[in-house]
Amino acid sequence: MKHYLKQFGIWFAAVIFCIVLPLIFNSGFSRSMLSQMGIAVIFALSYNMMLGQGGMLSFGHAVYYGLGGFLAMHALNWVGDGWPLPLELVPLMGGLGGVVAGLVFGWLSTDRAGTTFALISLGIGELIAASALMLPSFFGGEEGVSANRMVDTTLTSFRFGQQIEVYYLIVAWMLVCIALMYLQTKTPLGRVANAVRDNPERAAFIGYNARVVRTLQFTLAAFFAGIAGGLFAINYEIINAETVGAIPSGNVLMMTYIGGVGYFFGPILGAVLVTLMQLTLAGITHAWLLYFGLLFVGMILWAPGGLAGLIMMHEPVWKAGLMSRLLRAYAIIAVPALVLFLGLMTLIEINYHLSLSVNPDEPMSLFGISFRAQSIAPWLVSLCLIGIGFFFFRKAQRVVRRSWNEVAQQMKGAAIQ
Amino acid sequence: MLEYVLFSLLNSLVLGMLLFMLSSGLTLIFSMMGVLNFAHASFYMLGAYFGYQISTWVGFWPALVIAPLLVGGLGALVERYGLRSLHKYGHVAELLFTVGLFYIIEESVNLIWGRNAVMYPIPKILDFPVFKLLGADVSAYRMFMLLISMGMFVGLYLVLTRTRIGLIIQAALTHPEGVNALGHNVPAVFMLVFGGGSALAGLAGVIGGIFLITEPAMAATLGPIVFVVIVVGGMGSLTGAFVASLLLAAIQTFAVGIEYSLTDLFALFGWRVDATGFFRDIWRIQLSHTGPILPYLFMVLMLMFRPKGLMGKRES
Repeated sequence: MKHYLKQFGIWFAAVIFCIVLPLIFNSGFSRSMLSQMGIAVIFALSYNMMLGQGGMLSFGHAVYYGLGGFLAMHALNWVGDGWPLPLELVPLMGGLGGVVAGLVFGWLSTDRAGTTFALISLGIGELIAASALMLPSFFGGEEGVSANRMVDTTLTSFRFGQQIEVYYLIVAWMLVCIALMYLQTKTPLGRVANAVRDNPERAAFIGYNARVVRTLQFTLAAFFAGIAGGLFAINYEIINAETVGAIPSGNVLMMTYIGGVGYFFGPILGAVLVTLMQLTLAGITHAWLLYFGLLFVGMILWAPGGLAGLIMMHEPVWKAGLMSRLLRAYAIIAVPALVLFLGLMTLIEINYHLSLSVNPDEPMSLFGISFRAQSIAPWLVSLCLIGIGFFFFRKAQRVVRRSWNEVAQQMKGAAIQ
Repeated sequence: MLEYVLFSLLNSLVLGMLLFMLSSGLTLIFSMMGVLNFAHASFYMLGAYFGYQISTWVGFWPALVIAPLLVGGLGALVERYGLRSLHKYGHVAELLFTVGLFYIIEESVNLIWGRNAVMYPIPKILDFPVFKLLGADVSAYRMFMLLISMGMFVGLYLVLTRTRIGLIIQAALTHPEGVNALGHNVPAVFMLVFGGGSALAGLAGVIGGIFLITEPAMAATLGPIVFVVIVVGGMGSLTGAFVASLLLAAIQTFAVGIEYSLTDLFALFGWRVDATGFFRDIWRIQLSHTGPILPYLFMVLMLMFRPKGLMGKRES
C-alpha cells in the first residue's frame, strides 16, 4: 500500500488538484485561463519531447499544433453534420493531423540535428504559415475556420456549453497526455532518443539509425502537439492561420526553456507561468512582451537550466540542511535586484506612456504616485535606481557565489566523511 | 516585355545588394562563432531607426556614418557581455539568447518610436530621377544605394584579403583554436567581427529603411530571408552569400510579374485539372502570389539535398 502511494501519490494529488482548482478560482476569467494553461502544458511537453529528449531545437513546432487544430475544427464541423465521433475524442483527430504532418516533415528534416534541423524547422514553419493564407479552402483565409462544439454526440453527460465542462475535458486530456509522455521517456525509444541526442555517432555504432529514431520521436511529439491543437479548436471554436505561425512557435520554445528542458516537469512549470504572465500582465501593462523578453534573456544568462533546473539545483542542499545559508545570500541579492527592476520598470512605463498612450500630456500614475512623463524627475529617479541597483547587484552576485562555494565545500566534506 | 525584364533586373540588383549587406555579416559571424544570430535583422532595424532619428536631428549624411557606428558598438557590447558568457553552455543557449534579444529589440523599438511606421523620407539631394530607362524614371536614390552597397562589397573584400586583421579573421573562420594557439586574441576577433557585422547590418538599415519601410515589424520580415540567403549561399562563404542574395532577390522580384498557375502549366500539355478537395486552391495559385514562400521552399530543399549550400565548404 505504502509502495503504491509513493509511486502514484503524486498522480492522485495532481488529479484532485486539477478537479478542485476551477472550484476555487471560479471566475470566468480564471477558468478560461486554466483551460489555456492545460493546452499550453500539453504543447510545451510535446515540444520538450523534441528539444529536451531528442535534442532537436525546432522553430516551427506550431505547424503540428495548428494543423492538428485545423483538422480537429473540420472534424468538429463534420460531427455537427452527423459524423459518429463523440466530441471528447475530437482532439484525437488533431493528433492524427499532427502525426501525418510530423511523419512527412519529420522524415524530411531529421537527417541532421543541430543548426541544420533548426533552420529546416524554421523554413517549414514559414512555408506552412505563408501557404496557409494561400489555401483558403482548408485554412479559411483571413477569418479562419469556426465550428460549434455543442454537438449531440458525446460520451459523457456534458454538453460543453460552459467553460468549466471544457476545462474538465482539457484537464482529462492533459493528465492522460502527461502520463503518456512521461511513460514514453521510460520506453526504449525514449532512451535511444536520449542517446541520439547526446552522441549520434555512438548510437549509430551500436546499430540505431539516428534519422529513424529522430523521426519517430518527432512524430510522437507532433501527435501530442496535434492533440493540444485539437483542444485549442474545442476551447475557442475558431482557429485561423496565425495558429501555425511564428508567434506560437516562439511562444512554446520560450515556455519550455523558461520551465527547463532538463527535467520532465520543467515545461509544465513554464507553460503555467508563461500563460499566467501573458494573461495577467497583458491586462496590467502594454509592455508585457518586453518584460517577457527580459525574463527570457535573464533566464538564459543566469539560469540556463530553467525553473526546474533552479529547483533541482537546491535539492541536495536542502537534503544536507544547508538551505539557510543560501537563503541569507538570496535575501541580500533580492534587494538590489528589486531596485534594478523597479528602475527598469519605471523607465519602460514612462517611455510607453510617451509613445503609445492616447494622450501623453496627461499625468500617468505608477504605484499610486501620479506624475507627468515629460518632467525630468521620474527619468532621473529611474536612471538612479538602475545605476544603484546594477552596482550592488554585481556585488551581491559575488556574495551568492561565495555562499554557494561554501555550501558545496561543506557537502563535499560531509560526503568524504 | 523588355521593359519588365530590365526593371526587374534593376530592382533585384538593388534588393540583392541590400540583402548582401545583411547576409555578409551574418555568414561571417556564423561560420566563426557557430552562432546563428537571430537578432541580426534587429540590428538592421536599429540602424534604420537610428538613421531616422539622427537624420531628423542633424541630417542624413551624418546619420549615414553615426548610425552604423552606434549599431556596431551595440553589437560588440552584446557579444562581450552576452554571448561570451554563454559560450560554455553551448550553441543552443547562444542561439536562444539572440532570439530573446530579437524580442527585446523589437519591443524596445515599439517603446521608443511607437508601433506605426515612421516617416523616413529620401534625402532631398537624392530625390530626383537620374536617367530614363525605356521611358520610365530611375531615381537617384536607387543608384546611391547601389553605390553604397558596391562600395561596401569592395571594401569588405579588400579588408578581408589585403589586411592583417582580415587574414586573421579568415583563418579564425575555419580554425579558431589554431589561430588562438598562434597567440592571436580570438575572443577580441569575435567581438570585432560581431560588431563589424552588426555595423554593416546597421548601414543596410540606414539606407534600406528609406527604400523599404521603417517599422517595428521590419526585422521579422527580413530576418528569415537573410537566413535563407546564408543557407543557400553556403555558411561562411562571402561569395556564396553574394550570389545567393542576388539570386533570391531576382526570384522574388521576377515572380511578382508572372501570373501563371499549375492549371495553366497543365493546360500546356492538354491536361485539365478538376479542382476538388481540401487543397483545391493549390491548382489556382498564381506564381506571382508565391513570392513569400519561394525563398523558404528554396531553403528547405537546399538543406535537404545540399546542406553545404551553393559555395560552402562544410556542413553547418
